[in-house]
Amino acid sequence: MSVRTIKLKIDGKEVTAQEADTILEVARENEIFIPTLCYLEGLTSLGGCRLCLVEVKGSPKLFPACSTAVSNRMEVITNSDSLMEYRRMIVELLLSERTHICAVCVANDSCELQEMATELGTDHVRFNRKWTNHKIDSSHENLVLDPNRCILCTRCIRVCDEVEGVHTLDLKMRGKDSQVIIDLDEPWGASNSCTSCMKCAAVCPVGAIYIKGKALSETKDKELPEFVLGRRCR
Amino acid sequence: MKPDDIIKLAERDLNLRRSYKYRINVCCSSGCLPFGALKVLKEFQDAVKEFAVEEECKVARTGCVGTCYLGPVVVVEPGDYLYQNVTPEKAREIVREHITKGAPLKNLIYSNETFFKKQLRLVLRNAGKIDPFRIEDYISTGGYSALIKCLTKMSPQEVIDEVSASGLRGRGGAGFPTGHKWNFVARAPGSPKYVVANLDEGDPGVFANRTLAEADPHAIIEGMLIAAYAIGAEHGYIYIRAEYPLAIQTLKRAMKQAASLSLLEGDILESSFKFDVKLRLGAGAFVAGEETAILASIEGRRATPRPRPPYPATSGLWGKPTLIQNVETLANVPLIINNGGAWFSRIGSPRCSGTKCFSLTGKVKNPGLIEIPMGIALREVVFDIGGGIPDGKKFKSVQVGGPSGGCLPEDLLDLSVDYESLTKAGAIMGSGGIVVMDETSCMVDTAKFFTDFCVDESCGKCVPCRVGLVKVKNTFEGIIRGEGKVENLALLKKLGNLIQETSLCGLGQTAPNPVLTTLRYFEDEYISHIIEKKCRAGKCFTSHKEASRK
Amino acid sequence: METTKKIRLATVWLSGCSGCHMSFLDQDERLIELAKKVQLVYSPLVDIKTFPEDVDITIIEGAVGNEEQLNLLKQVRMRTKVLVALGDCAVTGNVTALRNALNNSAKSVLERAYVETADMNSQIPIDVPKLLEQACPLHEIVKVDYYIPGCPPPADLINYVLTELLSRKTPSMEGRFKYG
Repeated sequence: MSVRTIKLKIDGKEVTAQEADTILEVARENEIFIPTLCYLEGLTSLGGCRLCLVEVKGSPKLFPACSTAVSNRMEVITNSDSLMEYRRMIVELLLSERTHICAVCVANDSCELQEMATELGTDHVRFNRKWTNHKIDSSHENLVLDPNRCILCTRCIRVCDEVEGVHTLDLKMRGKDSQVIIDLDEPWGASNSCTSCMKCAAVCPVGAIYIKGKALSETKDKELPEFVLGRRCR
Repeated sequence: MKPDDIIKLAERDLNLRRSYKYRINVCCSSGCLPFGALKVLKEFQDAVKEFAVEEECKVARTGCVGTCYLGPVVVVEPGDYLYQNVTPEKAREIVREHITKGAPLKNLIYSNETFFKKQLRLVLRNAGKIDPFRIEDYISTGGYSALIKCLTKMSPQEVIDEVSASGLRGRGGAGFPTGHKWNFVARAPGSPKYVVANLDEGDPGVFANRTLAEADPHAIIEGMLIAAYAIGAEHGYIYIRAEYPLAIQTLKRAMKQAASLSLLEGDILESSFKFDVKLRLGAGAFVAGEETAILASIEGRRATPRPRPPYPATSGLWGKPTLIQNVETLANVPLIINNGGAWFSRIGSPRCSGTKCFSLTGKVKNPGLIEIPMGIALREVVFDIGGGIPDGKKFKSVQVGGPSGGCLPEDLLDLSVDYESLTKAGAIMGSGGIVVMDETSCMVDTAKFFTDFCVDESCGKCVPCRVGLVKVKNTFEGIIRGEGKVENLALLKKLGNLIQETSLCGLGQTAPNPVLTTLRYFEDEYISHIIEKKCRAGKCFTSHKEASRK
Repeated sequence: METTKKIRLATVWLSGCSGCHMSFLDQDERLIELAKKVQLVYSPLVDIKTFPEDVDITIIEGAVGNEEQLNLLKQVRMRTKVLVALGDCAVTGNVTALRNALNNSAKSVLERAYVETADMNSQIPIDVPKLLEQACPLHEIVKVDYYIPGCPPPADLINYVLTELLSRKTPSMEGRFKYG
């Protein structure tokens, strides 16, 4: 089956793409930066973090680049002032949602949220921060789940389900009370389904799931499963 | 059963109905039940036996006539005498005087011309008139004749064209042209195709869809059948919230009866068209009414929305083309087929044809379920149909569109009720809630109340809705604690715009409406809360010690 | 041309570890350049007890943790033209605010520090400023004009921001800073 090649413009730059590609894929191929947090190549797109929203000429709506397919003669704008302001605010919201203290975080220097704040210039948070005190699950031999740092991107859940094929992880509750859980909200150490593959720690963009005893920046390349190497947003 | 058999059945039942001199319709909808409607019904049944008028008087259990503020409500035909607040004792009296002697009880009759005069009951055509548990009642009033017309005289495309010509738009809130949608699904490749009827009315204070299902379930089923025939669907789902037990019971009974007359399941009326319907009960999440969340829930997953495109029309249930319509939209369809799209397009306003059901609540004299032609002014809804504000209080605001509707001030009361006008003013058609507020309501408190609702109901998938709404809520809490700053208002607006523009689904996109409209139309109330630390309506600050202790 | 009047600079140390001030000092020889342009009118580095009037730029390290700091901050804001939050504690609350997640946070940290872990004379001190229930970043109390995140912010970044401010330009922070 042949795939149609189409032409479109991203930020005024003329690019070619294949019909089923998403805006994000085409932009990355052409070295146009669109920020993402919940997206990870190889997993189904969630469209939840809303950082990759772009404008498409002719529509008043914004589209998530990670899950919107390109179309012929589409004109995409990825960096308008209002988009940048929205993105800064979204990072502010995430930083203020739970307890994000980079200085004492295992993911310091290796965290995508931290990096996003730098990239977008979110140098302070206008909203009152919420300081959470969720229970940390360190019952697993090698892994720790700290909901206080979780941004609910669900990458861990998706990688566990779609790549490892286990679906140990899932969400409980909804809205602001959502939390990643192990099996039916049991201690991780007691899980029969978990294969300890560590993919969840590898894909976590922040320090919510990590491997015991090591800072994320140390563990990164050597111990990560092949699947995630080079896929994290840089 | 063949089409002719249905027509014969209709004639037979109509003759039976005509053989009665009187008919007593006892509303047994969820509105009247708590007032003891079933006892009243029983008393009527006993009384007609006792007074030996069984042969000439039929006592029927029916759905809602809309005057929920008068329950239990009983209507005596002919003449449509509406008896209010009927008790078993009054029921006996009605039979004794009205039925046996032909003398209506004037002191019990409710005569409020304006409540009914400005309404136009198309969707609710049978509500309060037929017994929802008897399919024969529906058939004898012309029910399923539109389906027969489609199956015997119209091609699927002709059905779609008729719906397109009617100008009918989705009644679930967004107002997408129904004909367009049907065309998309009909042309989408893939099989089987599905029809989903949305009856997940999760808005507090809104009960239009429930009432429809309780009063006239077959109108929904017939609408689904016609839609399925038009788009080539084989399977259907009615997604209804589990908190509507009577509606569920009514629909179940209706589906069973329809199947027994070969109007559902297998070959419909011995044609080659097949269609079956299943009920799916929602677990009571507001977000589950969003169309992609419904799909997820029906498939057995968490009811969270997903980005569109792909639209359900091309990739819906299990990736197959799926038509999702609100039940009110579907209930319009048989009328359009029977009377023609051109007839329908002349009703209501030019851009917006037909009628809309609203649950009218709050500070009005006549709260209840109403159906109005599109394009009518809000003022008529509040002051004519609603009867105005009780207890001599002054009108302050009307919220249109459910919990995420906008709060409009008195200056905008002449606004016409249609999708475009409402959206422009910052409100929405939504699922059809109208809440009237008088001078004792505080708009800051009101906006906070609805924000709290949306915070609780956010699914949490996207950041602006999950976190942004919490920040809006926190800001309100600060203002009500007396810690508000004037700068908060600019940030509230920014936050509101962010949530509106960047949220994943309709819940988030509309959730800031109460905040943004109150900021737009009632900013002075915010200012007096922040600077003078005063709530003119006396709602805020009084309980603030209690709140801070929490 | 006559050299312009020196800029009146102040630095303030609230609830922080003084790491940000260390980083400030890490500007090393650039401090000499800086000293030509500014007069240090208040700082933990100098021996002035009350915060002076008419300050041009004040750099504040640390979160607001107690009532004394709260009052000082308000006074600083009234007497300063440009207020700069220096370091994560001042910008986010950071480690100082870790206690915020505890119930009765002020009481619990005092108990822990002065009673539970005390070897002798365990008692909660009484002659010191009262802890606020929640430690918070500066901008939750007063208006802050510029933010320099980092734990601590690198000397280069501090120098960049100061240089920009001294030449009346707006520093651009995108890509330059890092929390933590």
